[in-house]
Amino acid sequence: MEEVDVEPSTTLIPGAGFYQKHLGFEWGPGDLIVYETNYKLQGPRSAGSPSVHIVRRDEDICSPILRKLFSESHLIFVGLQKIKEDVPSKNKKSQFVSISKNYRSVIRACMEELQQNAVSTQSGSLASQYGDQVSILLAIELIWNLCEVLFIDAAPAGSLLLQLLDWVRLHKSDVDAKAREVLQSDSPAQHQSYWDVVISLVLQGRTDEARQVLSKQASLRAESSSVFKRMDGLLQTMPIFNPTGTQTLTEFEVKWRHWHEECDRCLQDNTFASNRHLETICKILVGDEDTLLEQKELLSTWYHFLVTRLLFTHPTIKPPDLHYYAQSSMNMFLGPRASPEPLDIILLSAFEFDLHQVIKDCSIALNNWWFVAHLTDLLDHCKLLQSHNLHFGSNLREFLVLEYASGLFTHHSLWQLAVDYFDHCPEFGRVYLELQIERVPLDTERKAIKVLRICEDRQMSEQVRSICKIMAKRALRNNRLGSALSWTIRAKDAAFATLISERFLQDYSNKGSFTDLDLLDNLGPAMLLSDSLTFLGKYREFHRLYGEKRFSEAARLLLSLMTAKIAPRSLWMTLLTDALPLLEQKEVIFSVDQTYELMSCLEELNSGTKHSNLTDQDEDIESTKTELLRLALARNLTMAIVKEGTIET
Amino acid sequence: MFVAKSIAADHKDLIHDVSYDFHGRRMATCSSDQSVKVWDKGDDGEWHCTASWKTHSGSVWRVTWAHPEFGQVLASCSFDRTAAVWEEIVGESNDKQRGQSHWIKRTTLVDSRTSVTDVKFAPKHMGLMLTTCSADGVVRIYEAPDVMNLSQWSLQHEISCKLSCSCISWNPSSSRAHPPMIAVGSDDSNITYSGKVQIYEYNENTRKYAKAETLMTVTDPVHDITFAPNLGRSFHVLAIATKDVRIFKLIPMRRESANSSGPTKFEVQVMAQFDSHNSQVWRVSWNITSTLLASSGDDGCVRLWKANYMDNWKCTGILRGDGSPVNGSGHAAALSAVGVPVAAQMVVGAASAGRLKHSMLQYFY
Repeated sequence: MEEVDVEPSTTLIPGAGFYQKHLGFEWGPGDLIVYETNYKLQGPRSAGSPSVHIVRRDEDICSPILRKLFSESHLIFVGLQKIKEDVPSKNKKSQFVSISKNYRSVIRACMEELQQNAVSTQSGSLASQYGDQVSILLAIELIWNLCEVLFIDAAPAGSLLLQLLDWVRLHKSDVDAKAREVLQSDSPAQHQSYWDVVISLVLQGRTDEARQVLSKQASLRAESSSVFKRMDGLLQTMPIFNPTGTQTLTEFEVKWRHWHEECDRCLQDNTFASNRHLETICKILVGDEDTLLEQKELLSTWYHFLVTRLLFTHPTIKPPDLHYYAQSSMNMFLGPRASPEPLDIILLSAFEFDLHQVIKDCSIALNNWWFVAHLTDLLDHCKLLQSHNLHFGSNLREFLVLEYASGLFTHHSLWQLAVDYFDHCPEFGRVYLELQIERVPLDTERKAIKVLRICEDRQMSEQVRSICKIMAKRALRNNRLGSALSWTIRAKDAAFATLISERFLQDYSNKGSFTDLDLLDNLGPAMLLSDSLTFLGKYREFHRLYGEKRFSEAARLLLSLMTAKIAPRSLWMTLLTDALPLLEQKEVIFSVDQTYELMSCLEELNSGTKHSNLTDQDEDIESTKTELLRLALARNLTMAIVKEGTIET
Repeated sequence: MFVAKSIAADHKDLIHDVSYDFHGRRMATCSSDQSVKVWDKGDDGEWHCTASWKTHSGSVWRVTWAHPEFGQVLASCSFDRTAAVWEEIVGESNDKQRGQSHWIKRTTLVDSRTSVTDVKFAPKHMGLMLTTCSADGVVRIYEAPDVMNLSQWSLQHEISCKLSCSCISWNPSSSRAHPPMIAVGSDDSNITYSGKVQIYEYNENTRKYAKAETLMTVTDPVHDITFAPNLGRSFHVLAIATKDVRIFKLIPMRRESANSSGPTKFEVQVMAQFDSHNSQVWRVSWNITSTLLASSGDDGCVRLWKANYMDNWKCTGILRGDGSPVNGSGHAAALSAVGVPVAAQMVVGAASAGRLKHSMLQYFY
């Protein structure tokens, strides 16, 4: 079995290697940076201005069209994963076949669009690039279709050949174009491609159409009409197996043998000696290998030759016997000197039912994880792959799907598709997703929330925390405290919450008002994340109550902030100062007990270490404040005592 | 198809290191011209230089970004025996309009007596910790206890490796199954100490780093070393750039007794060894998912290595300068692949599948 391994290609980076001979590099998201350098650190000083080169795949041209391929196949993939395990496999086969056809139709749609672009574009290089992509997709669809016939549909003898015929017909569409051209011309029988068309149709087993084209000839030459009638008869009576019919394979075989003998008799009798074209056709019907090989140009590929050969010599071919004919057909067709190309080898492996070889060769030969990942996944669902024991416990299907999805992740919008693929990789999907989703750039809040939702849905708590922390830090750097706070709460980061709360309070003491009132008013249980945050929330609540003139509630809250030790010591003075307006109201708000508590707070504050680094001016202010408070408290006390002592009448 | 976009880096001397930030939207370059430049990728996909400043009084060898959880922070190390930490401060609005940002030095770490050869931040779950290694053979681990105040760093650990150090790598795994681990490579040509790669592990009880393993089979000078991202494996993978590329597998062995307090014992296996560079290998680096390893050697090539699902490693691509002078910046040149048959032959309109091109596209994941 020939290997399709090729030596790695060398890609040259223009503009590097002139001044310095070493090439430095760094991995980027989906690309590689290279730059010339000198690791020995002793080289000559760089004369020119060094550049860095970013090497990446060129997606621009094909990407909108390929993107459609990726997103539509993503839908099919997800649908496939949902097929329940408990459905009996007989019913599942038709489902799998239809999924396979869906994939193929997506490939074809993509191909057609690329083809249109290739034709309509002005640029020569663009056209050839489109053309390249079309070629690759053609190859992919060819291989996929064959795998569908051989592995997924797993047609038995009889149907097998019919499906292979369909396969060949689908991939050799120029016959139809030529046939149309001939039939639409003024004099079809005189058209230079006339006989080519007839023979091509016969080679593809399209006997009815061949007869139709032949009839154009017959109407012209009256004297040779009998010969044409004879050929018409042969073509008409060629038995085609009907899988849904009542005829068994053996019965068909018998019928076919009779017909085959009749064709042979025509040759022996020289029935078609007068017309060399008809003679050729008869030889084809008989399955004469040399004649078939003479039609190389019309057949154009060895696998067409293979199927045609089988059609006319062995229409009841059984799957296990296929490989023998495949190998010999390839050898015969390509000849001794030509060496098979990667595509040929892949198809041959398919005919040999060596699935693993097919996948392996496709992985190597095609620059396309999309194909092997989806095909292998489908084959795995059909239970056609034996699980290999890989060293890290995963299997082939998962390996390929992970590779494909990892590639998607580097794309700025397709990364969301990749998430579903990772979800369906039981061994490593989660850890790959965790690793890669962290790297999605958080350009906007909306994007960050999108990423977060994905992580939250999958309980990836560390990633959630990390992303929220990054956003919080960014908001804090830009002084957007409200945003920073809400991200911090989402991150459940207590330490950072404390930090931000302190910034809020600092802001408040500088400006005299709070920012982001909406957020602070609606903290809810999130308030409990950190003590500072709790204080901030409650303090704001105090201000709100005061604003709504609910003075006694406000007073109670203020006091509790100090007595329950929620408020940091450093802010007690501020709180007590906040209490002043309440103390100076006409009506008594603080009760006697409350007043005593306030007084003891004040004394506790003053008995603490005096800050020696206060300026004289500040010390003056502090002592004035204390005096004012003492006075206000004393006044309140008297009024409270009186009020409480008075009996209401 | 590949495109290589050139960006004129405008350094006045050799570039020694280029580092992407965590999200791949910013880039830092450092050079023998003693400066560091920071580049930002705009919405248009183009790179713009948003800061350029003198960082040291000698060649700057390496530059590295901290995790974005700690803000916009860079560290650099230099021949001038120091390492420095830089933070970006949000500037005036007209600066932003001009597309410029400001970086200020938060601290200089002057403990080394010789050139500081590598600087790396420890994995983020360990907090904000910076590690340096020097030609004086000492690895120093610093910590910033208050992440809001980056001017305070304390030297937490000094690991004396006895050999001149060239590179360090932290095991990125945050799994609780094993303690923090750092690998140190030495480019010392001293032959008495043969193992040029040492692995240190943090011990919870002694609160110190202790040597867990020396790779005795690595006897030639080591120029670069890098742990692979962990991906839920039970063993560790370490790539080394020495006279060839070597990939080691470190399998933690089960402790004999529950009380054993020494560092973990490892079973060391060679997963792969590549000598295709046929010369000294200077850098090795894993891509994000550790599915690809890139190496750069004396032969002027960057090679990409990949393991297939059967764990067979192969070279899957080679990059090399074409030896031409720079042709101006910003041109996206389509690259030619040398030694590969002509691109897939396309027959428009016919149903021929054409040839399949072996290409590197898959290797950039």
